[in-house]
Amino acid sequence: MKLFKNILESVKPNFEKGGKLEKLYPVYDGFATFLFVPGHTSHSGAHVRDGIDLKRTMVTVILAMIPALLFGMWNAGNLHYNALGESVAFMDKFLWGAMKIVPMVVVSYGVGLGVEFVFCIIKKHQIQEGYLVSGMLIPLIMPIDIPLWMVAISVIFAVVIGKEVFGGTGMNILNPALTARAFAFFAYPSYMSGDKVWINTSTAEGQSVVDGFSGATVLGDLATSGSTQYSTMDMFLGFIPGSIGETSTVAILIGAAVLLFTGIGSWRIMLSGLLGAIAMGLIFNAVAPYAISPEQQSFMAVPFWQQLIMGGFAFGLVFMATDPVSAAQTTRGKWIYGFLVGFFAIMIRVFNPAYPEGIMLAILFMNVMAPLIDHYVVEANINKRKKRLKVKVA
Amino acid sequence: MPEVIKIKKGVDIKLQGSAEKIYASAAAPSTYALKPGDFPAIRLKLKVKEGDEVQAGDAVFYDKDRSDILFTSPVSGEVVEVVRGEKRKILEVRILADQETKYRDFGSSNPSSSSREDVKAKMLNAGCWPFVRQRPYNIVANPNRAPRDIYVSCFDSAPLAPDADFVVHGQEEEFKLGIQALQQLTDGKVHLGVDGSNNPSEAFTGIANTVVTRYNGPHPAGNVGVQIHATSPINKGETVWTVNFQDVIIIGRLFKSGKYDAQRSIALCGSQVQKPRYYKVILGANLKTLLGEGLEPTDNRIISGNVLTGSHVNSEGYLGFYDSQVTVIPEGGEDRFFGWISPNLDQFSISRALYNWLMPNKALKLNANMNGEERAFVVTGEYEKVFPFDIYPVQLLKSIMVKDIEAMENLGIYEVAEEDFALCEVVCTSKIPVQETVREGLNIMLNELGD
Repeated sequence: MKLFKNILESVKPNFEKGGKLEKLYPVYDGFATFLFVPGHTSHSGAHVRDGIDLKRTMVTVILAMIPALLFGMWNAGNLHYNALGESVAFMDKFLWGAMKIVPMVVVSYGVGLGVEFVFCIIKKHQIQEGYLVSGMLIPLIMPIDIPLWMVAISVIFAVVIGKEVFGGTGMNILNPALTARAFAFFAYPSYMSGDKVWINTSTAEGQSVVDGFSGATVLGDLATSGSTQYSTMDMFLGFIPGSIGETSTVAILIGAAVLLFTGIGSWRIMLSGLLGAIAMGLIFNAVAPYAISPEQQSFMAVPFWQQLIMGGFAFGLVFMATDPVSAAQTTRGKWIYGFLVGFFAIMIRVFNPAYPEGIMLAILFMNVMAPLIDHYVVEANINKRKKRLKVKVA
Repeated sequence: MPEVIKIKKGVDIKLQGSAEKIYASAAAPSTYALKPGDFPAIRLKLKVKEGDEVQAGDAVFYDKDRSDILFTSPVSGEVVEVVRGEKRKILEVRILADQETKYRDFGSSNPSSSSREDVKAKMLNAGCWPFVRQRPYNIVANPNRAPRDIYVSCFDSAPLAPDADFVVHGQEEEFKLGIQALQQLTDGKVHLGVDGSNNPSEAFTGIANTVVTRYNGPHPAGNVGVQIHATSPINKGETVWTVNFQDVIIIGRLFKSGKYDAQRSIALCGSQVQKPRYYKVILGANLKTLLGEGLEPTDNRIISGNVLTGSHVNSEGYLGFYDSQVTVIPEGGEDRFFGWISPNLDQFSISRALYNWLMPNKALKLNANMNGEERAFVVTGEYEKVFPFDIYPVQLLKSIMVKDIEAMENLGIYEVAEEDFALCEVVCTSKIPVQETVREGLNIMLNELGD
């Protein structure tokens, strides 16, 4: 501890005004405040302050994502070896997945934080912690086989166009992680959808893919054939193909519990999102007989509660719809926003087979709509105040 | 039984060092000071110069824009120093007190049988007027306006605040006279807000023609702004006056004895005070003798007022005009190694991302650390947990930051004061200077619209 302090003190002059690396002060500041929460005291207003800060908030979210990350590593290995028809030990599966996923995490953080630092240096701002969460989210919502350079380009797009052009952390309209995914999805569709990308089937000497292998996701299956080979239990536990972090509802629920208990994730958004999805699922169940094609009919007839555990719905709702910056900000607005996220997510995935992953588009759409929702909620409050005045005058 | 209103939003920050209900006595302070900084948005003009002799009740300065509002000396003695800051702005007017205070006589009278003009003139002349503040803007009231109502909060829910029942004990008559004086100033009602969690003193509940309301809940239930909002919110164009209950007693004394006797019971409290107790002190008193009664030998932050809204003074500072407690907490200032993930059990938080929730009743020894760096607004919904107004606090703050006058008005700036936002500032993840921003907003509105 003392050691770190001494190192920081000894390099500090280089970064201060007049030092050789004066321009890189935001980088120094970023590292220094990472090691030590600065002890500066309040100079205006309240003299005591809550112990919470943005770093802790962000780190709590990252911790909540760890179960999904670890499961994703194991699951990637598991699916890979299953596709090859080999049975290997638990650790081998996990390590295989880790070998693929850790580099993605490293690239995501390295590139994303690099871009942030560049902007901080240009704008002479302190580095803000927003990317800490996005940097973990991005690998978790990508398919296992995406090339690292695509991850890097998506990250650059997300940070620059999704966030920095609006003014950085706290100012963005769209969720940066979903911006990255949407970019990759539309720029490199063959790497982001279909039935080849979700399970790694690369073979070495002497290995081959088993007969009758299908790499399609549950949603992909349902959209094309109306049925899926995976059981409900597989979907709930997460032994299914999909983006790295999205498959296991159990792991996501652990994360949701952390977010809800600490109060960092909005329970209103999660609950109303769930209700919205259930509502749409029930509507589909009711109108399934009137579907235009037999595949769609059987997709619509999927029990509404199964819709909740397949695809990215749970992951998106827990970790991305709740992003406080891009979600609705008022209490009442959160209810409306969450409900519509759930509602549209299920609607899009069933109606549009080209975009089986409805949650991504649903959240992005509602991100755009959130300011409008807030506007009307606040406007209602303003009108109430004006009405009070009118009643008084009359 | 008076109506009970439950305030659900808010939080009580439990601090170490609450004052024992005993009056202690400290050596009399030698100097007193009036601090123009206690009166926001006022342009003042000095009436005395260094070397002048004054009596208690003699004007020291007055408001340039509203020249009938006088700020008078709380003691008799010699004006020894006018302390000025940047651009010769007056920071303090210091008065060296006589051994025995000589009071200027304003004549005793019965407020109930006096006319409104007489009551007003007497309070203005004696320097009791600045105790009356107005909403909107939370400034010294404009005496030419007719307030819709007058509100007095008869308890203080802020951390370590003095106990109202204990303080009013023995001064019931003065309190009643003070309320009667205030009743002359409005065509509306005088509203008294009392603590709903226990049985409040008869002194507060037994006065004729007042509206008594009980408030039950955590801080800021004792804030007069919350009480106004809960009973009859302020609309555009309306004015409501507010007076602290201890200042009502000072007004009562003026009518009873004809003297401006600005003595208050204050709590000397906080974790760094060795023996937290009550003291009887005249406002503007130098705190040196009081603090000499024993502080922990650490780097201390001395606050005139409470930890939420008080002002930072040094060990030879003066008691603020509206303050009824002096809080001493450790200054802090230590960097915290990986402080964003360490348990930090000694910190306060409304979030369960820290572990304070494990021991909700433990009194804490908080220091003045910011516990994090200033950031843009990110987290939503946290202000709303501690802000018992039907107002959107973040939206209002943002409208102030962009100086949008119409939006400020629409979003309810007339109803709030800095103190109502104090808890928002405490719990803010992004460490936004909330109270400063609210004051700026009030000043902008005041400049645009006048009082």
